[in-house]
This record gives sequence, structure tokens and C-alpha cells, in this order.
Amino acid sequence: MLHIPCPWCGPRDETEFHYGHEAGVAYPEERELISDEQWGKYVFFRANPKGWHAERWVHSAGCRRWFNVWRNTITHEFGPTYKPFEPQPKKPA
Amino acid sequence: MSKVKFKFDGKKYKGRKGDSLATALLRNGIVHFTDSAYRDRPRGIIGLGHEEANALVHVDSGAGEPMYPATVLPITDGLVVRSLSGVGDLPDTRDKSRYDKKYRHVDVVVVGAGTAGLKAAGEQARAGKDVVICDEQDRPGGHLVHLGQDVPTDLLAVLDMPNVTYLPRTIVHGLYDQGYSVASERRTDHLDSEVHKKKARMRTWHFRAEKTILATGAYQRHLVFANNDLPGIMLSHAAATYVARDGVDVFKTAVVVTVDNQGYRDAVRLHNAGVQVLAIADCRQSASGPSVDAAKALGITIMNGKTAVDACIKEKKKTVKCVEIGNLDGTDSTCIETDLVAVSGGWTPTVHLGTYIGVKPKWDASLAAFTFGGVSNQWLSSVGMVAGDFGGDDSPAIFFGPQQSETQALDAFVDFQRDATLRDVRRAIKAGMQSIEHVKRYTAIGTAHDQGKTSGTITMGLIGAALGKQPDEIGSLTFRSPFVPVPFASLAGRERGKLADPVRRTPIHALHEAAGAPMEDVGQWKRPWFFPKGKEDMHAAVLRECAAVRDGVGVMDASTLGKIDIQGPDAAEFLDRVYTNMFSSLKVGQSRYGFMCGIDGMVFDDGVTTRLGENHFLMTTTTGGAAKVLDWLEEWLYTEWPDLKVYCTSVTEHISTVAIVGPKSRNLIAKLSPGLDASNEAFGFMENKYADVAGIPARIARISFSGELAYEINVEAWYGAHIWEAVMREGKEFGITPYGTETMHVLRAEKGYVILGQDTDGTQTPMDLGMDWIVSKKKDFIGKRSFTRSDTARAGRHQLVGFMPIDGSEVIPEGAYVVEASNAGQKPPVKHVGYVTSSYMSAALGRSFAMGMLANGQARHGEEVAIPLRGKVIMAKVTEPLFFDKENTRRDG
Repeated sequence: MLHIPCPWCGPRDETEFHYGHEAGVAYPEERELISDEQWGKYVFFRANPKGWHAERWVHSAGCRRWFNVWRNTITHEFGPTYKPFEPQPKKPA
Repeated sequence: MSKVKFKFDGKKYKGRKGDSLATALLRNGIVHFTDSAYRDRPRGIIGLGHEEANALVHVDSGAGEPMYPATVLPITDGLVVRSLSGVGDLPDTRDKSRYDKKYRHVDVVVVGAGTAGLKAAGEQARAGKDVVICDEQDRPGGHLVHLGQDVPTDLLAVLDMPNVTYLPRTIVHGLYDQGYSVASERRTDHLDSEVHKKKARMRTWHFRAEKTILATGAYQRHLVFANNDLPGIMLSHAAATYVARDGVDVFKTAVVVTVDNQGYRDAVRLHNAGVQVLAIADCRQSASGPSVDAAKALGITIMNGKTAVDACIKEKKKTVKCVEIGNLDGTDSTCIETDLVAVSGGWTPTVHLGTYIGVKPKWDASLAAFTFGGVSNQWLSSVGMVAGDFGGDDSPAIFFGPQQSETQALDAFVDFQRDATLRDVRRAIKAGMQSIEHVKRYTAIGTAHDQGKTSGTITMGLIGAALGKQPDEIGSLTFRSPFVPVPFASLAGRERGKLADPVRRTPIHALHEAAGAPMEDVGQWKRPWFFPKGKEDMHAAVLRECAAVRDGVGVMDASTLGKIDIQGPDAAEFLDRVYTNMFSSLKVGQSRYGFMCGIDGMVFDDGVTTRLGENHFLMTTTTGGAAKVLDWLEEWLYTEWPDLKVYCTSVTEHISTVAIVGPKSRNLIAKLSPGLDASNEAFGFMENKYADVAGIPARIARISFSGELAYEINVEAWYGAHIWEAVMREGKEFGITPYGTETMHVLRAEKGYVILGQDTDGTQTPMDLGMDWIVSKKKDFIGKRSFTRSDTARAGRHQLVGFMPIDGSEVIPEGAYVVEASNAGQKPPVKHVGYVTSSYMSAALGRSFAMGMLANGQARHGEEVAIPLRGKVIMAKVTEPLFFDKENTRRDG
């Protein structure tokens, strides 16, 4: 079971969280103007890296707030965590 | 020492308290223990602990145990066990023992209380760390316990420190990310054979530690030669311990076969305990060290460059008769008659826990072992044999067995429990497999209860030998938790039976139960399924309930619908963005049905939302979708629209909802709520009124999920039962009929109302469902952009239609596939063009009907299609998905 660092509550057990998806995928602004391909990229395409991945989680059985965190998909290590709209910290080495 | 009486395979035996079953049986002269699972070969005890591959028992007494190694089972008075041939059977009675759980956050978990573990724990504890030591044995000392030696007092001192918790009989069987480990403590099995009422039999510990230190020691390996599985051929350390420490005197003579100096140490122990050691066969050309010198000093014959190449059986006793000692290439062998063949094939450090979290052990050729020497990470470190610190004077050869002919290979066992042989390994290699992961799956080696504790490294060695590679070039050892078999009951703890999963009941539940309604599980909710009268079956009850609603008045408990209270100055704007239709135009006191889509434009939830105030809405969701919808709303508020001032609160359990439904519901509401003007003119469809119902303040909503005139009475949750009782009492004169989910489903289907998750599966747009009217053209909303994507906008998509069976007495099974009528008689494979999602017998229609999806269905009304089933075909006519009261004349009564 992962120990996930909520930026408000600190590290807590994975059972308190729900995974959202890749962090930093913005809802396109001018939705009616962009091409099908651009919209399709937003709807269907996500990074699936081996290694560090910026993710969006919600502390659903805790403070219920969403946050972002770097996680290593190989080692399951957590890197820096950051709140929505905070600048993304650098990808851990 | 007190005597203990126990039963093994139906016979009575005596043993000494504190003995393992293995010791006790050997003491009683039982060397042939059982026969193997697949080849019926006689087998005996080979090991000392959880590495045991042969001596498995089923425990019948006390709490029972379907499969447990005799080597780690303590004997107690009244113990009843029977031997297993590899295959266990689960008891069909309920385990009455208690099981508990404990959670601990600690600085350090030390796994193993041998000398290395005690030393490491002492260092950590003296540095001020909070330490837990888990150890599988009943006393500290690890290897020293096997040797029957006292543990130095300075090492034991750590156990008395206030910041140290020592847990004997506790096996850590799982290690996970971020220092999480799980252990099982056995608390009563060693005391007696009772089922304890007050004391938990086992306690499952959940640790979260900054550091886990493995001090798990090592298991000895055997060697692979013909008939190496005969009873009386044992791991040398186990044999010497049974003989020297426990005083087992069943063996008079022994031959030791070794690849390292451990064999010499065990030869000395056997000799000193009175066993005549006939020879030590050492595969190495020469050997030196204190243990070699000690063996020499005792005058034991040492045969260098020799090993066991074959063995024979005593036909009557089914134990080993003699062992053939020869050259490593199998030549020049001589037979030595002996009771015991003690095999030392080197040590395999117990790295399992580390591999669970992806730490890879390294091959150390000087130790002929995979170890964690020099391997650690933030969460894990190792000490003692796991870390490659073997102590002693071992200088093992990398040797797993002599050259063997094809005939010999057939009986040269690699994995005893799986009856897998050298020939199996050779066959796997010939079939092209080179990696341990492939060979393992081809031969089943390492997949039995012991997970290859003795055979894993041997298999890699044998593959390597065959391919001319080092063991670490074959792959790496990856194990899976649990490290030992763990009863499911112990993991469940007290969360069994009724406590296994939370059950959600409405405040009216007890009345439904008293009425004899069977319950349907909807997520965690219990909902009345139907309300049988007398001996009615569901079919009859549902037809009666449906007719009552259509002709008179029915009542349903709708309290389980998800409810989300949405407040804030931007609440209306927010709803406009998440629903496909407009909510900002909704007047206070009015309700509107809405669809929510994902960003892909597919419908994922629906429900009625009511505007309670200018900035205050009450959203209802599907019963199963409430949590998902709340998460969805909050995600958009938090991550995309933080500028919107909106708060969402789950209020599902705050409100009881009693729906009275049917043409006579107006008469009933008038009686229940004399202050309410329930006329159509004063109280229109989709409107809400506040009034007292049966003396309780209520919000009454004119919402209908059946097409009938209906009033939903919403009250504070705790008045739910009171309202239900009042409805039943006052409704008697109108023939009030309670109905359940099944009738609700039929009624809504007759009107073509979809149930999200039953008629949809996340691949339907509102247009696919024929509900273009619910999609606003005036505003943007989540998913709208996807409607114009080429695939979403293409022709020929699956669309919601009705299927009317030509024979109205036939009910199509839900989930059935639909094919073109021209393919009706075709043998499969036949291309399907749709499927049935809802199908019922209807009282109102006097016939069966169904709904489902059909390719290009909206353009195919009136056509015939076929539903092929096993042994028959149902023909059906495609219709619009609306079957009853097509003009909507009934909703106003």
C-alpha cells in the first residue's frame, strides 16, 4: 500500500485516496475552434512514462481536496507534491 | 518435560511439549511421512522450517488448517492431523476462531531475531528508534536455537528495552512500498488445540516503518541426483538438528553429501550425537577450515571430488537403503548402505521480502548464493546471511548435482512438492526456454505452497549448467507475497460475514423487511426488490405491483438516490457547465431532469436537480453513482474552475424519499397533507411544494419515473418510517401497493426511460439514446466538443430502440445479441448488430417488450431483427423506445 503525501494532510495510506489522471493536462480554452485532432489529443492521449510521472490524486477519504504529485512508476517513490495552480516542481532526478 | 498426546493419520502418538510435529514424528520413528502428489513416491521430512517441501499436514483439531508444514506445527494435547499428498482440502465448516488486526507506525521493523537481527535491533534501539522485532520461532536466537545453544545475554538485552517490541511466532509475509509490511502472529496454536473464545488465534500486524531490516537468514538447498527424494534423505542442517538438539535416534548411520563446509559441521554434530557417519562426500577436490579439521579429527572418511549420483530404497520401510557415491560426471560409483543421507547443497538467503518491492538480489559466486550484500534502498537493508555474511568457514562450490543419464534424470527431483525433475528442466530447455520465469511456468517448479524456497536457486543453477551460464544470467528471483501460506480468515480479521462490507439501509428498511420483501443489492445499498403477497413468486408480484401503480397507487422507497447539495453564487453557472441542458433558467421551486457527459461526450450519470433557492440546488444522482459524481464535480471545481464559488455536499443520507405513484396518488396526498393544493393548476409537473405530510414538514416534488402522476415526499431522514407507515395506513382505501426495484424497472422501461449503467455502458451520447432535446445548443458544457468529433458524429452508431418480440409471451434475456433477420438461422460466427439491455413482461401492455442498442437503430423502426439463443431464435420488431402512454397523458393524472 502506497503512502501518499497529501499537501494538506501529510503522508497517508493509499486507501484514503483516489487516483485521477496525469497532472497538468489543461482543459482546452477555445474548444470550438481547435481541430478534432487537438481535441482528440486532450480527450484520449496521456503520457505513460516509465519513471517519473506527474499525477493528480484526490484525498477522497480525508480532506477531499485534489493535488498533484510526482510519482515514479518503476520504484513507486513519491517526489514533490503541489497544490492545484501551484507551479510544477522540477521532475526529480 | 510434559507429555503430549496427539493423533497422526488416525494413530495415537506421544510427544514432548515444545516439539514440532516433525520432531515428534521422527522421535516416533516415522521417516516415511507421505506420498508425493503426482507420482506417489514415498517422501519424508527434509527440512526444519517453512522450506519443508514434503511433510504437509491437514490439521483437523481446533481451528484447523488446510495445509501446514509439520516442521513448524507445534504439537499440543489433542492435536489431530493427517498427512497430505501435496493437495489440501478446505474445511466446509466456519472457522470459529477470532482473528485480530493491529496497526503500528514504527521507526524500524527487524525481520528475524537471530544473532544478526538482535544485533541490528540493538543498534537501532540504542540510537533511540522505536523498533519491532518479528520472529517466526517461539524464542529468540535464530540459528542458535537450531544448534540448541544459549543466546549471548548482551544480544538478548535489546528485548527488554522500552522502545522495543518483540513478537515471537510472528512471520512477516508481505513487504510493500514505502515501508509497509504485514505480519501474522500465531497466539494460541502452541498453547493447546482449542478454539479460543476470548483470545485471538492470530493477529495480523500492519506496520508502516521508516526502515525494514531483513535478518531472515537462509534455507539450505538439496542436491539433484536420482532418487534424491527418498525418505531418509534430508537437508544436513535439519537432520543434524533433529538428531543433536532434539535427540531423535531413528538414524544409526549417515552419509553426508556436501558442497560446502556446512556438511562437515553437520557431520560433526551427527557424530557427537551418536550417529555413525560413514563418509562425507564433498564435490570439491579439496577443502579446508576449522569444520573440516574437526571432522578429520573425529576420523570421519572424507571423499573429495565425489557426490551422490543415485540412491536405492528399502522396499518394505520405504526409506533410503543406500546411496551411490561417485564422480561428478556420474562414473565410478560405489554403494554405501545408510539410514540417513544428509545433503548440504549450499545456502539460499531468504531474500523474498526484498524482491516483493523490486529489490534484486545479486549473485555472489564465492557463496554460491543470491544475496542482498551491498544491496539496499531507502526502505530496506539487510544483515546476516541475507546480506551475504555467512559467518563460519563455508567455501561452497557452485554445484547443484552430478551428471545424470536420461533415466536418472527422470527420478532426480528439483521441486519435491511439484514432483518436478531434472528431466522436466531439460525438456523445458529443449523446448527453447532459457529464462527462469519461462522454465518455472513450463515445469511448475516453485509454484507450490513453499514457492521454491529450496528449489529456486537450484533450478537457476541447472539451467545455467545446461546453457553454460552463471545462475544470475538466467534471470532473477522474484517471489510473491505471502511468504508463507496465511489463512484468509486472519487477513479478514473481524471483518467477516455481516461486517465484511458496509451495508447501507434506508430509515424505512425495517418496515420492508417486516413486509417480507427480498432485498436487492445496489452498490452497498439494500433495496426492496419486490413485495410478495403470500406465496407469490417475483414474476407474479411484479405483474401485480405494476398493475396497481398503473391503475391505483403504489409506494416506493426512493431514499437511496444519491443527493448532492450544491450551494454558492455560481451554482447555476456551474450546473450549466456540467449538465448538457440548461439549469440557470430553472425557476426556484422547480426540478429538471439532466444528463452529465464525460469529456468524451458519453453520458455517465443522470438525475433530477431541484432549485431550492437562487443559489441553492439539490442534485440527485443514480443510486450507485453518487460518490463518483461528487468526485467529478469537485475535481472540476478544484482543478479547472477555482473561480466559481460553489460548494458540494453529499446529503444522500439526510433525506428520506417516499414516492407515491399512480392515478390515485393525488387523492392520497390530499389526505396525507390537507394543507396542500395538489391540483394540476396549483401544483404542476416538475414543481416542488413545502407542506406538512402526516404532521411532518416535507418537500413534495411532482417527479415521475413511471409516467404516472406521482408525488415524492422528502422529509428529514429520521421521519422516513413514519411517512411510510402513514402512507400505508391512509392509502389502504386506495389499495396502496408497495413496490420494489423490479417493478420500478418495468414501469420506467415501459416509458423508455433509460437506467444509466443498465441501458448504457459509457459509450452512448445523448443522441444515441434519442434524447437530442436534452442537449443545449445555447451554451457550452463538458463533453460538447466531442459531439462533433468525426466518430461521434458518424452515421450507423448503435442507437437505443425498442425490441418487440413477435411472440409477446417470449421475454428476451437481457444481454442477448441481436442479428439481422436474414441471419436468423445462421450458425455462428454471425455478425451482431446490437444487443438487448432491458427486457420484461408488461402487465400494462399484456405482452413482453425490450429495449437495447441497434446499429443505425433510429432509422430502422418497423424492421424485423433476430435474437439467436441456445436452441431457438426470437424474432422481434424494432420500435421507438417508448411503449406505453406515448402521448404522456398520464403524468398529470
